[in-house]
Amino acid sequence: MPGNSLPAAVELVRFLPETILVLLGTLIMVLEAVTGDRPKTFLGHLAAAGLGLAACAAVYAHSSPGEAFSGMLVVDGFTTFFRLLVYAVGILTVLSSCQFLTRERANTGEFYALVVFSVAGQSVMVASHELIMIFIGLEISSIATYVLAGFLRDDPRATESAVKYFLLGSFATAFVLYGIAWIYGATGSTELTAIRAAVDTQAGREGAMLAAVAAALMFVGLGFKVSGAPFQMWAPDVYQGAPSPVSAFLSAGPKAAAFAVFLRVFETAFGSIGPLWEPLFWISALLSMTIGNFAALVQGNVKRMLAYSSIAHAGYILVALTARSEVGTAAVMFYLAAYALMNVGAFALLGHLTRKGERFQKVEDLAGLGSAQPLAAALFSIFLLSLIGVPLTAGFFGKFYIFKAALDSGLVWLTVLGLLNSAVGAYYYLRVLVVMYMREASEEVPPVEALSGGLRAALLACSAGTLALGIFPGPVLDFVNRSATLIR
Amino acid sequence: MPAAVPLSWYLVLSAVLFSLGVAGFFFRRNIITMFMSIELMLNAVNLSFVAFSFQLKQVSGNIFAFFVMVVAAAEAAVGLAIILTVFKNRATLNVDRIDSMKY
Repeated sequence: MPGNSLPAAVELVRFLPETILVLLGTLIMVLEAVTGDRPKTFLGHLAAAGLGLAACAAVYAHSSPGEAFSGMLVVDGFTTFFRLLVYAVGILTVLSSCQFLTRERANTGEFYALVVFSVAGQSVMVASHELIMIFIGLEISSIATYVLAGFLRDDPRATESAVKYFLLGSFATAFVLYGIAWIYGATGSTELTAIRAAVDTQAGREGAMLAAVAAALMFVGLGFKVSGAPFQMWAPDVYQGAPSPVSAFLSAGPKAAAFAVFLRVFETAFGSIGPLWEPLFWISALLSMTIGNFAALVQGNVKRMLAYSSIAHAGYILVALTARSEVGTAAVMFYLAAYALMNVGAFALLGHLTRKGERFQKVEDLAGLGSAQPLAAALFSIFLLSLIGVPLTAGFFGKFYIFKAALDSGLVWLTVLGLLNSAVGAYYYLRVLVVMYMREASEEVPPVEALSGGLRAALLACSAGTLALGIFPGPVLDFVNRSATLIR
Repeated sequence: MPAAVPLSWYLVLSAVLFSLGVAGFFFRRNIITMFMSIELMLNAVNLSFVAFSFQLKQVSGNIFAFFVMVVAAAEAAVGLAIILTVFKNRATLNVDRIDSMKY
């Protein structure tokens, strides 16, 4: 490492997207303070534009791939894919939350600044190649999301959600950090390729056992972050209590970034002790799918049902991680993109369908939606069908590639159990569709307003993306297959 | 000069403190106490970092401990604010009574 040299210009370009995001977040906070009582929707539009600019910067940085800051940061296809994914989730979240926040009388600039800061943290997580940087990114992302979960601070459900997310999130962070400390002690480094080299030379000896303990600790911490069983108990309460646009964000952005870290750390740093940690992954995958799907079956609350379904989807992704192959990595990447589009769409739309104060969250409250609001019902149907995994939707190809990767790695029975689980899952999504189209609306429930503005644009983009990935998965699939080659 | 305290003693102390933190998190019902348990876990990790850093004769482990302290401070600021809003809404800090969302 050169002693006291300043970073080269190309290294700063590789860090440009994160720089833009941090400046953008600060700018929004300043504008919030100086614009007084004016409506703050323009700050949401500014946040969306800034996230778009960061996405352009990420594409530009991709034209000069390589390391930055002595190997702390790596720009490759993998980084670029996940950066664009978390920025897209950020844009969809801010666009779909402007009207929601106005309705709940909480449309302030802090919301958009917090989303931008959280996205910046996720961006650091997916681009880092060093454990302390990953930890810092994880915390930047998490601390902002703790506040977002409790953003409606007079709503007892939202504050309950925030406190649970905060306590279990920081508890998980401590495990990640303890894992980092052990791996640092065992290998003398926190840089992923150096850790890999050290673990390789120690294989079969005492040092490898230390690395295995560290891997287990990190698995616990990251397992919490992706809501994989048996560390899933916070997810239903948090997703149900948080404002719906925030649930949309939580279930897509931080989860995608945490899975990216999973892939980087376990494939690159702990790749050579794979047989030691593989059982953790299949046990967690199986538990997540089963608990998620069967608990979702008995839920009468749509938001809570979607929360359990997100646990089940984390289980499907863990199946692909168990495969420990490049096909598996590509399947994880494709599934996370598909999942982000359909789940952000479903949660964001639910924020609108539950009406003012999010008071009507039951399945029956959606009765008659098909005739009252055909567009909203059609969009919700597309998201739910994709979550089931019906052909011609993104969810179908996502599941297809995951189970194909699992079969290629010889995980036959895990694939069979996964497919059975998908069949169970179909029931509770279809139940919502039946209520929306086959039942008459009740007199006591106020009607749903028509979709408009940013929310409609975001939902149309989500549904277009869901269908595009389902009908023409080729271009995205090519890209994930090319960038699934992690540094080994 | 007396012999230095061996590395393993520090690591055992760190593991004990971390386990105490985990136990406190699971068995105490007051949110503030649970939060203090998490802080104890983070400080146990700091002790490991510093001990490893001394053993490896590297300065980086000491620096990590500073990063962890900064993050813990940020977390405390946000966490206490969240706990305050919960108390305002419910007038209790017992986690068993903060359960409005079962089914």
